Amino acid sequence: MKSLDGLWVKNKMEEKDNKKVSLYLKLMPYIEKYGILLLLVLMILVMHILQPDVFLSWRNVTNVFKQISWQSMLALGVFMVIVTAGIDLSVGSIMMLSLMVLAIVAKAGAPWFIVVITPLIAGFLCGLFNGAGITLLRMPHPFIMTLGTLYIFRGTGNLISGGTPISGFTDEVRYLGHGRIDLTWLGLEKSQYLPVSLVLIAVVYVIFWFFLNRSRTGKWIYAIGGNPSAARASGINVNKILIIVYSLCGFLSGIGALILAGRTDSGYPNAGLQSELDAIAACIIGGASFFGGRGTVLGVFAGVMIMGILRNGLNLMDVSSFWQQVLIGSIIVIAVYIDVLRRDLGTRK
Amino acid sequence: MSTFQNPLLEAKGITKYFGTITALENVDLKVYAGECLGVVGDNGAGKSTLMKVLSGLYKPSSGSLYFQGKEEILESPKDSQNLGLEMVYQDLALAGNLPIGENIFLGREPTKNVGFLKFLDFNKIKELTNAHLGKLKINVKSADQKVEELSGGQRQAVAIARSTAFNAKVVIMDEPTAALAIKEVGKVLDLINSLKKTGVGVIVISHRMDDIFSVCDRVMALFQGTNFAESELSNTSRDEVIGWIMGKK
Repeated sequence: MKSLDGLWVKNKMEEKDNKKVSLYLKLMPYIEKYGILLLLVLMILVMHILQPDVFLSWRNVTNVFKQISWQSMLALGVFMVIVTAGIDLSVGSIMMLSLMVLAIVAKAGAPWFIVVITPLIAGFLCGLFNGAGITLLRMPHPFIMTLGTLYIFRGTGNLISGGTPISGFTDEVRYLGHGRIDLTWLGLEKSQYLPVSLVLIAVVYVIFWFFLNRSRTGKWIYAIGGNPSAARASGINVNKILIIVYSLCGFLSGIGALILAGRTDSGYPNAGLQSELDAIAACIIGGASFFGGRGTVLGVFAGVMIMGILRNGLNLMDVSSFWQQVLIGSIIVIAVYIDVLRRDLGTRK
Repeated sequence: MSTFQNPLLEAKGITKYFGTITALENVDLKVYAGECLGVVGDNGAGKSTLMKVLSGLYKPSSGSLYFQGKEEILESPKDSQNLGLEMVYQDLALAGNLPIGENIFLGREPTKNVGFLKFLDFNKIKELTNAHLGKLKINVKSADQKVEELSGGQRQAVAIARSTAFNAKVVIMDEPTAALAIKEVGKVLDLINSLKKTGVGVIVISHRMDDIFSVCDRVMALFQGTNFAESELSNTSRDEVIGWIMGKK
């Protein structure tokens, strides 16, 4: 009888434990989904209090979006790769090579509709090369393949351009990066325009949200990140999906090149230098897990915004760019530590 | 179960080389509907290789497979799934970051068309999952619960549910109780017994004599990649089967 009592007490305790877990489980998805947005809103509030006249002005807000426009494309591409538990170090170089291809084609006098497609094709092919290398050459880790192509693509970009900037594009080519949508018909002033690049970010992010969350291929990308052998055993062609992911990442880098061409009106050898690290940082801050299978498109957007606002805000307050580096680095470490804590709590061992 | 009917799945003379290593040599295997076949053998005896051949993950170097009397050549796990041959892996092949329902339908998700685009049909996934789990009497809080939040036994139950969600005719289980707490072993074995009652042919690979003797009807032993012994369970004993594993008759 005594032992039965003991058993009963134990069951009772387990029940209590389960209840605690279930409350946590209920909250988890929301924290996972919207926690990062909370941080973003908090940052905007702080910046607004510190710089009440400037920070939320039309001009400054559009400025932030223009500044993050091409980074947000690289970050989205790298995010998909990180979801598969991979990494793409070559996005900055893909963007530079695509930009150089665009510049050369533009200088050769091709019509604008050809010019704007070239960086997208170039980016896609670079990504395809990465994906094919990782899967067909059976590289032990995507890090190695994309570290190699980081050098290969930038070197190729310099080879085809002679290592010198190529400047001067037509307005059509510059439209996505430089274009303005006039809002005077809404009664706003002429200076209160909408940057085309902001609309582009919104459209691309919405499309990729649908792709990752509502399509089978998107679900399989998450499954590969969660457990590649489970995905393979389910009859999913893992290599094919990986090639698609790296190709799309290259394609997005190509869009980044097109935006950058519009913003700077120039193809230049240092374009996108170290931007792969910014892209990875944005994903990590946005809650993507390096272990794969975790993270949201909204989170990546928040990550890009947090980095953009931090840089912008610190610039407005005349803080040295060295402090910006220290702060961004600290945020990465803290964000990953939160991910570690979350994993400890969220999974049964 | 009668031995007069045709076997559901039959493997004849399966041989598999990995380079110069012979993993399997001339191995035969049969399983009938509603029957559980236990496959035993020491580490390296070729059990897992044989199962991977049956599931289409490996192509045999020679030998042939017959499914319901018809010869089949399996190029990939997809081919064996299409026939109704399902595998439950030892390492619990589930994606922990996905919910139960999406794991059960992974790779075969129902979709609905919106224009020319295909979208996942989450309502249907949930509906089918609840119906299927109910049929197998598997209790979970919700089909939306992530698999990594489940206990080992619940995960194994989900893995078995996964394998039977598409009218499986033969289910192959590799060490179904190896990763489980003792109190959960019984539940999984009950699940295997109820699976047999639905007319499914089950192949269980296990080291645990308790598993073999509580669910199997027939047991066969592999030794160094060859058929070593086979018997109806009622005509043998634990000690004899343990002897077979060690290569003694």
